[in-house]
Amino acid sequence: MAVTTYREALNQALREEMERDPDIFLMGEEVGAYQGAYKISRGLLEEFGEWRVRDVPIAELAFTGLGVGAAMVGLRPVIEFMTWSFALLAIDGIVNAAAKMRYMSGGQFKIPVTFRGPSGAANQLAATHSQALDAWYAHVPGLKVIAPATARDAKGLLKTAIRDDDPVVFLEGELLYAMKDDVPEDEDFLIPLSVSDIKRSGSDVTIVAHSRPLHAALKAAEILQQQHGISAEVIDPRTLRPMDTDTIVESVRKTNRCVIVEEGWPVCGIGAQVVDDIQREAFDDLDAPILRVTGADAPQPYSRDLEQISFPQADYIVTAARQVCYQE
Amino acid sequence: MATRMTESDALLGLTREELAEMLRWMILGRRFEEKAAEMYQVGEIGGFCHLYIGQEAVAVGAISPLRPDDYVITAYRDHVHALVRGMDPNAIMAELFGRVGGSSKGKGGSMHLFDRTKNFLGGHAIVGGHLPIAIGVGYAIRYRDSDAVCVCFLGDSVVNVGAFNESLNISALFKLPVVFVIENNQYGMGTAVHRAAAIRNLADRACAYEGMQGWTIDGMDVLEVRKAVEVAVERARTHKLPSLIEANCYRFVGHSMSDPNYGHYRTKEEVSHYRLTEDPIKQFIETLKKHSLISDGDVNQIEHEVKAIVTESVQYAKQSPLPQPEELYADIYAGEYPDVRRRDPWR
Repeated sequence: MAVTTYREALNQALREEMERDPDIFLMGEEVGAYQGAYKISRGLLEEFGEWRVRDVPIAELAFTGLGVGAAMVGLRPVIEFMTWSFALLAIDGIVNAAAKMRYMSGGQFKIPVTFRGPSGAANQLAATHSQALDAWYAHVPGLKVIAPATARDAKGLLKTAIRDDDPVVFLEGELLYAMKDDVPEDEDFLIPLSVSDIKRSGSDVTIVAHSRPLHAALKAAEILQQQHGISAEVIDPRTLRPMDTDTIVESVRKTNRCVIVEEGWPVCGIGAQVVDDIQREAFDDLDAPILRVTGADAPQPYSRDLEQISFPQADYIVTAARQVCYQE
Repeated sequence: MATRMTESDALLGLTREELAEMLRWMILGRRFEEKAAEMYQVGEIGGFCHLYIGQEAVAVGAISPLRPDDYVITAYRDHVHALVRGMDPNAIMAELFGRVGGSSKGKGGSMHLFDRTKNFLGGHAIVGGHLPIAIGVGYAIRYRDSDAVCVCFLGDSVVNVGAFNESLNISALFKLPVVFVIENNQYGMGTAVHRAAAIRNLADRACAYEGMQGWTIDGMDVLEVRKAVEVAVERARTHKLPSLIEANCYRFVGHSMSDPNYGHYRTKEEVSHYRLTEDPIKQFIETLKKHSLISDGDVNQIEHEVKAIVTESVQYAKQSPLPQPEELYADIYAGEYPDVRRRDPWR
């Protein structure tokens, strides 16, 4: 174990996997000579050469499909988007090509491609560069969607994603890159997909949160404990599709109350699906309606204070948790 | 109609057997599509079904010179490319019928034919969407230091799609062994090429990419297509340079089964003219006869053999079972698909 940043953890995952398997290559804008727009690929060009760490022109649609084509004939591409906001230009390659190729070909072609890059909130980058489109990808059968909140999870899940035989959408938290955590240095450190992680145990209310809002949820849990005598259990699904809902449902059976947090917009969000799963599996265990705390249902504003209130803040989560506990 | 790159009379040094084989593929393509139309009309085939009738010289001319380890990828008018690449006609017809004996177990349909064993990579239905995939195949070929090539067919309307520029630029930039073959059948659905592309010869777009060469050729002449593709394949195999070939051709039938052969966007006279004077199969037979390489008896023999293949494909498709409900959720993920049954207890 070593204290490592989320950024360095991703770099380790890439380096270790590329050393292990020569079929893996990394491609994206500025991943090589520039060392990565967010320095995730620092040092990789020097170590692996240009065919395995490839800078591409600003042409998201082409290099996304390039990853799918290379995967069809047996390689394991890792395609970096400078931000997931730019992947909007490539959504045909992700949704129509990567996600459906196995199905359309009757199982003849597997597509072991990993699409990764920063997602979610950023500091004052405003509407086009700061958004969490997690739910868009989680909507699509054939894709796997991962959104790690900690450095440890980022490393273990990226390694597993690269080894996975299905197309993976890997959403890194843009504001998490500098966050530190204990990360195993073991090359065989893998975290299985579709396993939710209980980040904090509790008994009175279940809080579900992924990516950056997990940290708001953990802060809220602390406030709830210290100031309101409420014991919150915080669960990070980590994989949004296919999600391990058993762990969440089991927790709700115990706490009988639930708050779901996400950075994305509320309508048809990730939390909406989790609510559906919980009400079907544990309707009789619920003592209060499930509440959701989401990003504001608005484009991301630029101005700092306005931007801050658009995020799911810890105090909103505290209020929601107290409401489902009928304290407010 | 187009600038001639070679005198096709030279027969390219091909043997009588090779030439007869090309004719056989063209006739098989024609008869297979005619049968598909018939099966569509009686309701055995559904959805979108785009027939290749009139364009046979392009697929046959471009695929016949390839090696088994080369790759072929195309758009949604894909039945004949699949056949010529060696895909089982029974599996294609069964796919059109939506049966489990189909190449994709009936889950892909007319526009999504695939055969991994033949390096036939589809069958892609979003206009321009497969060009990025083709350069990925080219990238993988270079990555492995192979001398295989990828031939990518595209319709004329693709030259106006963003993916066209993005993909051709990258193919030239990284020196990828990809041969782009535009099948210019003069209409993108019902829009004439000159109403969509601000350029006369579509292959002239190649000049925008250093190292790429472009040719506009007569795509109704199978030997001219073959000659051009052989040159482009050699450039790709040996020099890792991409090419852009525009094969001018003509579709004798509607865009899809729902589009009549003529009407709003083209006249009966225009279609008749092409059918009577430009039919690639008739032209090729005449060329072969002129060189005393084939007789009417030989053609009849091919027709006879082809009819048996097409008839058998329909028999095979008809007896192939419909997919069972469990196929709905199969082939989505490599492993199991958790939760799907829990969320959907009704199917």
